[in-house]
Amino acid sequence: MTPLALAGAAIAVSGATPSERRMVLRVRDPRSVAEIDDRDGALIRDEEDLLAARARRFKTAVFLEGASLPDNADGFEVTVRLGERFDHLGDGDIVGLDPGSLRLRVLYRRASKHNSFLVTERCSHYCLMCSQPPRNVKDGWIIDEIASCIDLLDPATDSVGFTGGEPLLEWRRFIALLAVFRGRLPETAVHVLTNGRAFAAEEVTAAWAALGFQRLTAGIPLYSAVDAVHDYVVQARDAFDDTVLGILRLKDKGQRVEVRVVLHAVTAPRLRETCAWLARNLPFVDHVALMGLENTGFALANQDLLWIDPLDYQADLACGVDMLRAAGVNVSIYNLPLCLLDRSVWDIAVQSISDWKNGYLPECDGCAARRRCAGFFSSGRPRFSRGVNPIAVADLRANLRGHSEITTARDAP
Amino acid sequence: MTSFQGPATFAPHAATELQLLPLRFERLGANRFLVANFVGDLLLFNEEELDRTVSLAIAPGDGLYERAFEKLLVTRKKQRSQLQLLALRLRSRMSFLREPTPLHLFVVTLRCEHSCPYCQVSRRSAERDRFDMSEELALRAVDVALSAPPPRIKIEFQGGEPLLNFELVRKIVGAVHERAPARNKTVQFVIASNLALLSDEVLKFCQENDILLSTSLDGPADLHNRNRPRPGGNSHELAVAGIRRAQKVLGRSRVGALMTTTEASLTRVEEIVDEYLSLDLDGIFLRPLSPYGFAIKTKQFERYDGAAWLAFYERGLRYIIEVNKRGRYFPEFYAALLLKRMLSDRPIGYVDLRSPAGIGLGALVYNYDGKVFASDEGRMLAEMGDRTFELGDLQKDGYRSLVLSDKLVGLIGNTLAQCAPQCSSCAYESHCGAEPVYHHATQGDAVGIKPLSEFCARQKGVLQLLFEILDSGGEDAAVLRRWASG
Repeated sequence: MTPLALAGAAIAVSGATPSERRMVLRVRDPRSVAEIDDRDGALIRDEEDLLAARARRFKTAVFLEGASLPDNADGFEVTVRLGERFDHLGDGDIVGLDPGSLRLRVLYRRASKHNSFLVTERCSHYCLMCSQPPRNVKDGWIIDEIASCIDLLDPATDSVGFTGGEPLLEWRRFIALLAVFRGRLPETAVHVLTNGRAFAAEEVTAAWAALGFQRLTAGIPLYSAVDAVHDYVVQARDAFDDTVLGILRLKDKGQRVEVRVVLHAVTAPRLRETCAWLARNLPFVDHVALMGLENTGFALANQDLLWIDPLDYQADLACGVDMLRAAGVNVSIYNLPLCLLDRSVWDIAVQSISDWKNGYLPECDGCAARRRCAGFFSSGRPRFSRGVNPIAVADLRANLRGHSEITTARDAP
Repeated sequence: MTSFQGPATFAPHAATELQLLPLRFERLGANRFLVANFVGDLLLFNEEELDRTVSLAIAPGDGLYERAFEKLLVTRKKQRSQLQLLALRLRSRMSFLREPTPLHLFVVTLRCEHSCPYCQVSRRSAERDRFDMSEELALRAVDVALSAPPPRIKIEFQGGEPLLNFELVRKIVGAVHERAPARNKTVQFVIASNLALLSDEVLKFCQENDILLSTSLDGPADLHNRNRPRPGGNSHELAVAGIRRAQKVLGRSRVGALMTTTEASLTRVEEIVDEYLSLDLDGIFLRPLSPYGFAIKTKQFERYDGAAWLAFYERGLRYIIEVNKRGRYFPEFYAALLLKRMLSDRPIGYVDLRSPAGIGLGALVYNYDGKVFASDEGRMLAEMGDRTFELGDLQKDGYRSLVLSDKLVGLIGNTLAQCAPQCSSCAYESHCGAEPVYHHATQGDAVGIKPLSEFCARQKGVLQLLFEILDSGGEDAAVLRRWASG
């Protein structure tokens, strides 16, 4: 299990203006592309690609290492050479590239359902299990980079996420970015992962609501119904108060809110109470996601504090889900494989792990549920439950009625 | 990497940073207290836990702080979220007040061909001219009803037996259809009938006008017929036949039945429930007798006390829960109503269980003689000679003069459970209501002395029973939770 390479370095870049600090590049399949933008680069894997790129007068060429090409492959204004790790790039994907340092980040993958833009690495929280540990760096340029690639995105993109850090630290710039995004991709669902504290201020919520964006959701982590526990998990005093107020303000303005509860040894012991509290106090949120832990980033540093075998909260999770459902709350389970869940909640377990860091174990080869299962994080240092166990076809059929993707292990890829 | 701070960093600095939020409690046993927060979330404390909570001798990590905070019993002084949660939940629970007087009862006749000894409305058997509502009064009542603010109102035809004056029912429905659109009102109709006179013509009319039927069914034939005598002794036969025909023509969900508990019912709750099940009714309402009309005159009301009724209710409820556990969704409607209030903040403005009381604000009753009453029970009292809850007369009053009358405002203002003696400190207050008519009838005082009130004893008994079942968890609790979300 290894995640897809979404960041790294180019082998070489030539022809780019030295003063150009970062460039945004959309890679194209030169053989099928219709119109060419200045920021398009032909993706060249073989000689046919090369001929097509020349014929279509691409100014930029992106060569993948290992491509079998004739010696005279140059002749483009800008040439980028990438290692084999980036072989997954395809037509319409977008990369951000710093010609000086050769640093490169894949910003958007057209074929993926899990596109997410990192808005900043700065954060007002310092969560014990943060998978994307914050850094106090001057990275205001990132918003500009995202803004500069919005018009390159496929307008048919179904959904996009914005994440951080805390995207609303510079809330005026970020909300302005959302406005541009909405203008270009009005049909695309947007999910913003935020700690929600900014919304405690009325002017922020008002600006957010003024976007008039139907498919905009704020995904807000809330780890406990107890202020001291939530504040401890996020390592910030008064966080609970701001976040709850923020959620209330957003809902008061009719905005979509998802509450995200990450389950680990600090939050799981009061999981039933947390769900009961959500059902009683925030039943009007649009979605509650109860999420397994990604063992990466700070979660690794705090393993001893955070690790709990999901099997040990299985019953509490089922009970919590039952309470939320009884209150009419739309609830899902993220990041947990079916074999670790009570059968009563199989129907709301979602394949939530982003494709580039999603993996399965050798045991999964014999499992009937594999194609319906969230599987595991391949990122960080995965830690596995003692309960991982292939599910039999009959078990799956009996407990997941009406789901079409039930398959035998033989069909599984 | 910055180092992480331990949990103590995020605990309140001292007990002085904490503040107690409003709570109410009730002793359930020697060392067992039921505690309610400001919006009626309930939890159990022992004496030490209660003492420590109210004296704020709690801290994160002790388990008690966590429970008290989650249940909105405490806050830190500068926090806003706990208070905002309480405020918005209270606002939601009380929001039925935004739609005053959604229910309008038309007593189209006081005549009835039944002669039930427990009749709470004091029915008459003759004198059509004197005890039928006139068309003129009916049309005035339609205008009053359509003047009520809510966009959706319900008109219920009551009696006596309303089918004895079916022509007037037709005229009222016709007049409403004519007048409602101009006022942007949607009107739902219900006929409360014993169904003995249910004809094909009536059924067709109900079908065409989307009218619901509500009937009385007290249990198996011998019990029902004993409670509800009529010439021929065939009340049960006719009610059952009527229910079946109505289910067939109108649809299963378009006809419901109510039962009234008499002394003879007390030992037979399972049979009563079975009767409802065999008729494929969608639930049952286990109702005590009310202290009005013939129920007082014939001394039916005093044949059993609150404790006897509670025992009957509990036995029935547990039997019904077993039915549900076998896979049939079949709520006890009173429990379902209370559970919705216990487990959600939906505005359940059931007219008999509100504070401010539902008199006038929940319903108006247009009597056959043109008098307008604040509740069905109010007109029952008037037939016994007590006109305390008579608000006015259709000959001269309109919606505003009835609902804004000093009489009604005084009655409501003086009976708020939120500040009535012994209600204001009751753990169940959020789920209960003011019952001024009952207490006026039984104690001669609209507030009443609650320890002497059987209404209060019944309410506390049922609410405690529901809490205990929920608290015991398991399948029984799951059944109750399903009723609450239904």
